[in-house]
Amino acid sequence: MTVATEPSPVIADTPKKITKVSIVVSKGSLEGVYPGLIMANGARMEGIEANIFFTFFGLYAVMKNFQNKIRVATVGNPAMRVPSATGFPLPSILGIIPGMSAFATRMMSKEMDALDIPPVDEFIEMISDAGGHLFACKATVDMFHLTPDDFVPQMEKVLTVGDFYELAAGGEIIFT
Amino acid sequence: MATRTIAGKEIEFDDENFMTDYTQWNEEIARALAVEDGIAELNDRHFAVIKFMRKEFEEKGSGPSIRRLTKESGVPTKELYQLFPGGPAKKSARIAGIKKPQGCI
Repeated sequence: MTVATEPSPVIADTPKKITKVSIVVSKGSLEGVYPGLIMANGARMEGIEANIFFTFFGLYAVMKNFQNKIRVATVGNPAMRVPSATGFPLPSILGIIPGMSAFATRMMSKEMDALDIPPVDEFIEMISDAGGHLFACKATVDMFHLTPDDFVPQMEKVLTVGDFYELAAGGEIIFT
Repeated sequence: MATRTIAGKEIEFDDENFMTDYTQWNEEIARALAVEDGIAELNDRHFAVIKFMRKEFEEKGSGPSIRRLTKESGVPTKELYQLFPGGPAKKSARIAGIKKPQGCI
């Protein structure tokens, strides 16, 4: 049984516009990082306030010297097909071949470049310049034994989860 | 579709308020559309962006992505957001008299 704690919202003719999003990027693969970056950048393009909170392996997107080492996961990805999205499924055993992930990443990066999707370092800079705010998760920073020096300058601050909720107040939270 | 008189000219707009025929555009219309979007006055930097967008649209049939825009118009990201606050890609396209940009970037 669910108990309504608040009166159900009145359905208006035009839905209220989204004014703020806070996006959590928790995965460190290419397909884990990019959706969050694209959504944050897209938010800024629409004049929507955007925060990104990088946690766990997602932190690599804002770590010096690691930003452009982010790769596509070719293992544990049953949707992976070659040579294109409508090709045949990549057998798990082939996914583990050394260089496979780098190869898949190269292929995908080429496609992304054609669509004007920048490399991770440039994308982070672009989002920051566009007024998006980037944060790192304190629990992960402690767990990985990182210091503020390990991050690119666009990463503004290491935040606790409590700080994050405070900052996300009044907006949407998106977990990726 | 709607036709409105902007800067003394009959201009046709699509449902999202973008001009349907970019050849009808002139700088006076740009200034009037800018005022509608909350930009009181267009300066040289605004026009640098607007002209790049129009050139790109003329050559490719669609406006540029923000990335191309900042890389090739000579107006960096930060400035672009200051020039067109609250959504630079759409606002600049609307003021430039071209169709709504289609890309995600």
